[in-house]
Amino acid sequence: MGKSELIQAQEAEAKGADVSLMLGNEAVARGAWEAGVKVVSSYPGTPSTEITEAIAKFAEVNVQWAPNEKVAAEVAFGASLAGARSMTCMKHVGVNVAADPIFTAAYTGVNGGMVICCADDPAMHSSQNEQDSRYYARAAHIPMLEPADSQECRDFSALAFQMSEELDTPVFLRLTTRIAHARSAVRLGERAEIALKPYHKDAMKYVMMPGMARKRHLEVQKREEFLAEAANQLSINVVKLRDTAVGVITSGACYQYVRDALPNASTLKLGMVYPLPIKLIENFASKVGKLIIVEELEGLIERDVKAAGISCEGKKYTGIQGELSTERLKSAILGTKLPEASGQELPARPPVLCPGCPHRGVFYAVNKLGLRVMGDIGCYTLAALPPLSAMDACLCMGASIGMAGGAERAQGREFSKGTVAVLGDSTFIHSGITSLVDAVYNREAITVLILDNRITGMTGHQQNPASGKDIHGNPAPAVNLEKLCESCGVEHVTVVDPFDLKAMEKVLREETARDEVSVIIARRPCALLDKTARPIFEIEGCKNCGACMKLSCPAIERRESHVIINPTLCNGCGMCAQVCPFHAIREGGRA
Amino acid sequence: MKAINFDLVIVGVGGQGTLLASKILGRLALDAGLGVKVSEVHGMSQRGGSVITHVRVGDSVHSPLVSTGNADYLLSFEALEGARAAGYLKPEGILIVNTQRISPMSVITGATKYPENPLNVPELKEKKVEALDALQLAENAGSQKAVNLVLLGKLSCHLPFSDEAWQQAIAVSVPRKTLEVNVRAFESGRTSAVAAMNV
Repeated sequence: MGKSELIQAQEAEAKGADVSLMLGNEAVARGAWEAGVKVVSSYPGTPSTEITEAIAKFAEVNVQWAPNEKVAAEVAFGASLAGARSMTCMKHVGVNVAADPIFTAAYTGVNGGMVICCADDPAMHSSQNEQDSRYYARAAHIPMLEPADSQECRDFSALAFQMSEELDTPVFLRLTTRIAHARSAVRLGERAEIALKPYHKDAMKYVMMPGMARKRHLEVQKREEFLAEAANQLSINVVKLRDTAVGVITSGACYQYVRDALPNASTLKLGMVYPLPIKLIENFASKVGKLIIVEELEGLIERDVKAAGISCEGKKYTGIQGELSTERLKSAILGTKLPEASGQELPARPPVLCPGCPHRGVFYAVNKLGLRVMGDIGCYTLAALPPLSAMDACLCMGASIGMAGGAERAQGREFSKGTVAVLGDSTFIHSGITSLVDAVYNREAITVLILDNRITGMTGHQQNPASGKDIHGNPAPAVNLEKLCESCGVEHVTVVDPFDLKAMEKVLREETARDEVSVIIARRPCALLDKTARPIFEIEGCKNCGACMKLSCPAIERRESHVIINPTLCNGCGMCAQVCPFHAIREGGRA
Repeated sequence: MKAINFDLVIVGVGGQGTLLASKILGRLALDAGLGVKVSEVHGMSQRGGSVITHVRVGDSVHSPLVSTGNADYLLSFEALEGARAAGYLKPEGILIVNTQRISPMSVITGATKYPENPLNVPELKEKKVEALDALQLAENAGSQKAVNLVLLGKLSCHLPFSDEAWQQAIAVSVPRKTLEVNVRAFESGRTSAVAAMNV
C-alpha cells in the first residue's frame, strides 16, 4: 500500500524540508506564489475567500479585490495577456458571474499562465445552491484539476500554471468546502521568479470577432483532443490496484472518503476531472470486477464513462444531494447501518444578526410598516429567519433590485409602495448598479435600501470599492454611493442612521410613497468592526409587553414574567430603549 | 513511542474561539511528527450559530471528517452544543464540556426552552463526561476569551503529549500579548481536570 501524503510530508520534514499545516485555500495560495503568480484579482465568497487573503500576504504579487467575479476574471485575463502568471478565485456561484469572459478566454488562450480557482460548496454550508462547477469545465472546454488535500492544493495550483502555458488555455482549479477549509501538512517550496512574457499584439488570437473566433474554436477542439489523449499518461491521474473485486474512480474529497470507507478497493484517483482519461479508465475497468464512480453532486464522470461504453455504477449509491462522507459511503455501498440518532429534539441554533448589528434597525422598521422585502446575499439574509422573518425572496448577488422591478411590472406601481429592495454596500457594487439603472430607465417606482455597513460582512470582513480601503488595509478611493445613485438618475437619495428607529421609519414611509425610484442608504459600520465604547443598557420595571422582543436581539432574553438584557452580549446600540413603551430600558453605567 | 491515533470533534457557538483550539491541536500533532487533518467551518455559521470542527490525528488519516460514533473526544464550548454533537462519540469516548449555557434565538424569544439538563440525552448515557465551568476559569485566568485554552488544558490530561509540547504549540499559535493569560487558562483547565477525575 502506498504511503499517505501525510507520512510523505512528515518524512520530508525529517529531511529538513519545511512543512506547514495549511488550509487547502492557503496551500493554493502558496502553490500559486511558488509558481511565480504576479497578479491576483478576486471577489470574496465562502469557501474561496482565504485563497486571495493568503496571497495578499506575499509582497511579490499584485493582489486586489475586484467589485465582482466578472471584473476579477477580466483583470486576471488582462494580466495574462500582458505576460504575467495570473489567478482569479471565486466561489461556485461566482463562476456564473465570471462565465462571460471565461468562456471566450478559452478561445483566445493565454500568454502568461492563467488559473481560475473555483470553490464549490456541496451541502451548502454557506451558499444558496450546490451547483457543480465541473459542468463549466465541460461547457467552456477548459481543463479542470481537483486536489484531494492541502499538499495537492499546493502542487496542483503550481501545475495548473504550467499546464495553462503549455496548452495555451486558462485552467480551472476546483475545490470543495472540505478541501478548501481542511488543514493538512504541506511541504513548502521556494518561489520561482517567472519572467514576464513579452506583450504582442495578435488580433487573430485575442480579438474575438466571428472570423477570428471560428478559427480559434478549431484550436479549442484540437487542444481538448490532445489533452484528452495526454490525460491517459498524466501523473496526477493515479491508479492503485489493491483488491480488484471493486474498483473506484473518484477525485477530491471523495477520494479521502473512499480510502476510509473502502480501504481495500482499487482506486483510480483523478487529479484532472476534465477532460477524462478514457483509455486509462477502460484499462482500470478491465482489471477490476465491479466499477463504482464516487463523485459528489452531479454524476458527470459516471455519464462520460457510461457514454464510453464502460459499465459502472455511481449515483445509484450516492445520489446527487449534499456532500458525501465516509459513513455515507459505507452505508450506501456496503449497507453498513448508520448509527441512529436518538430523535431527541434540541433547540436549533441557526446563525443570527449580532448584537448591535445595524441591519436590525432596518428590518425592525420594515416589519413595523409591513413592507414586502426583495432580499439579497449578505449577513442581512439572516433577517429571513424568525422572529424577524423579514424577507420575501433571495436569489443571487444583486437580484433584489431587479426582482422589485419585475414585481412592479407584474402588479402595477402601487405594489412598489409596499415593497423595498434590500441589499448591502458590497452587493450593490457587485451587481446592483446596473439594475438600478434599469429601474430608473424604465420609469419604475421602486425603493432601494442599501445597507451600507462599510464592509463585506458575511465572508469575514473584506474591503470593497465603497469601504475606502484596499485588501491590505491601505487607504483607497471610495465610491460615493449617494453620488453614484444620483448619477444613475435617482433624484431622491437619503442617508439614514439605522440605529435611529424613528428616522428609519419616517424615511421608509416617505420614500416608498414616491411614484419614482428612490434610494435609502442606511449607513453604520458593522457591529464587529465598530469599536466605539458605548454604555450598555439595563431594564428596570419591565411590564413584559414584548415590544423589545420584536428587535430579535440575542442580548434580550425573555423570562417567565419579564425580559432581561444580557450584559455580556449587549453592545449598547440602544434600539431597545427606543421601542420600550414604558421607558423601562435605560442606558446603564458600564461601558 | 506507541502509535497515536485519535479522532476529536470540537463544537460550540460561532464566535467562541473554537478555531484557535483546533489550530493548537493541529500544531501539536504536526510537531510530534503525526499525520493530522483539521476540518473547519467558515462563513455563514460563524454568526452565532452552531459550529463544528473535526480533528483527526494518526498515520492513516484520509477523510478530514470524523464519522458518527467514532470520536475519542468531544470538546464542547457550550452545554447544548455538547448534547447536539454527542452522537459523534464512540462508546468509550469522553465528552469534555464547558457548563456555560448560551441561549439560541428560539429560547431567547420564548418559542422553545433551554433543556433543564442539556446533557441528559440518550447518546451520553454511560459515556464519560467531564464538565467544568470553563468561562469562570478563563475569567480567573484573565480573559473570558480563554475558554478554549481551559478546555484544551482539560483535554491535555487525556492525550500523550508532554507539557513542553503543549507549551510550544500554544506559544506559536496565540498572539504574543495574550500568551501569559492563555498559558494560565491552560494550566487551570489542566489542574481542574485532575481534580474532577479524583472526585
